Amino acid sequence: MLRGLWKLTWLEIKIFVREPLGVIGTVGIPVLIYVLFGRLFASPRRDAADVPRVFSVDLPILASVLIATSTVLSLVAIIAIYREGGILRRLRATPLRPYTILTAHVLVKLLFTLITLAAMLLAGRRYYSLDAGVPLVSFTLSLLFSSVSILSLGFLIASIVPTARFAQPIGTLILYPMLAVSGLFVPVASLPPTLRALARVLPLTYAVSLMRGIWHGESWAAHGGDVAVLFVMFLAFTAVSAKVFRWE
Amino acid sequence: MTREPVIHVAALRKTYGRTVAVDEVSFDVQAGEIFGLIGPNGAGKTTAMECIEGLRTPDRGLISVLGMDPGRDAYALQERIGVQLQEAQLQKRIKVREAVGLWASLYRKPVNGDRLIDQLGLGDKRNAWFMTLSGGQKQRLFIALALINDPELVFLDELTTGLDPQARRAIWDLVRGIRQRGKTVFLTTHLMEEAERLCDRVAIIDHGRIIDIGTPTELVHRHCPERTVIIVSQDSNAADRFRAIPLVRSVSSEGFQLTIRGVGGELVTHVIQCVAEHKILVIDFRTEVPTLEDVFLKLTGHMIRD
Repeated sequence: MLRGLWKLTWLEIKIFVREPLGVIGTVGIPVLIYVLFGRLFASPRRDAADVPRVFSVDLPILASVLIATSTVLSLVAIIAIYREGGILRRLRATPLRPYTILTAHVLVKLLFTLITLAAMLLAGRRYYSLDAGVPLVSFTLSLLFSSVSILSLGFLIASIVPTARFAQPIGTLILYPMLAVSGLFVPVASLPPTLRALARVLPLTYAVSLMRGIWHGESWAAHGGDVAVLFVMFLAFTAVSAKVFRWE
Repeated sequence: MTREPVIHVAALRKTYGRTVAVDEVSFDVQAGEIFGLIGPNGAGKTTAMECIEGLRTPDRGLISVLGMDPGRDAYALQERIGVQLQEAQLQKRIKVREAVGLWASLYRKPVNGDRLIDQLGLGDKRNAWFMTLSGGQKQRLFIALALINDPELVFLDELTTGLDPQARRAIWDLVRGIRQRGKTVFLTTHLMEEAERLCDRVAIIDHGRIIDIGTPTELVHRHCPERTVIIVSQDSNAADRFRAIPLVRSVSSEGFQLTIRGVGGELVTHVIQCVAEHKILVIDFRTEVPTLEDVFLKLTGHMIRD
């Protein structure tokens, strides 16, 4: 029963765009940073040995991951704000279901993820080439797919965290360690055993593996395991958050 | 044979930690009436109402709304009721017509949103962002959202808070119009005047308990049968004449002003007959009939504004 979903999604997009600072922060700044890093670090311009792989070759992946994490943080924050401000409460006294509201926000986030990615890649194509070797469509799909899974973790946090004050810190507390052990900076195999175990239960690890693989031309089949885990996590997180969602 | 009540509440109880917000509350709301739950702020009105709306879960008690259980049948119930919450917010940058449009899209048979916006005096704020509206305008928007699905039963919590007298009266007319179309209204208020003007029946609540239920007139007759007649007369015998009337309890005088106090609905008639019989020259004649505020004070020992 997704009545009201499209109307709500379209409405939330319009509302988001009415706040110029939000758009600048979500789209403008990542694009700016991407281009800046490209000028500073992209392989052909610097001695490859000096620069960590993540900045030289893997920057698109890093950037994408950062988009994903920032959308999760803002999802968590927005839900907390809506909850605290009584907006959720007002929406509750209607036939709207909680998962419709969350889905609407997720769709908005995904849309802006796409827009940011496109803007980023286009603006920085001088430093990170978009030639024939790069499977753009596949990569975009892998980013969206990973985002949905990571966002469902955001769902879960948003469902439980009571106030906006805690939403950001808790979200950050979960996301940045997740980022650290995801394999972006250090290969997962090189991590100490406990951290490696932690990495294996977090969605970002599989997202990085998937996105990196696709970007460098590997097939989806080769990353079937990543896809499967991401999907299962999405189902699990969504199911739990539907049960524990707090309206106030 | 009586019809099934639209709302049936039996022994409702809700506590928050050690505070008992709602204590063994029971009442019925009949179809087609305007029923008021009246009492001071903090009496438990909103808590009780939100339990009935299905927004809060009671600790104990039985609630039936339109034959449904608000906890179990929440979504089915939301189709048929309209809810105006006391403290509510919307997204800051949502336009008035967008909010109404969104709400309208959630129900099967919404009314014309644009007309509703005009009816509530928000016509020229159609494209205004929510955060730019005044308190009264926000209130009217929330009322529109409560009415958009043409509900059989409307819940109004502290309906006219923040409204100026003119807007208040306009809303009262709107509420009477709702009842005229055969709907039922359940409202809470701490304004006795509002209760007296709007409600067919009221339940007085204080500290989480129902004190009494009845029509405003019944409650006044039951608890405050005193009547007061104030007469300004230069006739020096007037006071004694009035004291002779059986229903009169006391007559006090201050200069030429006589305050006659007695009990019973016929007091005023007897005073008038006395004036006529003894041809007392009366310069001014005023009566004071107790209000629900007096009833509340009598029943609870404190003012509603304490």
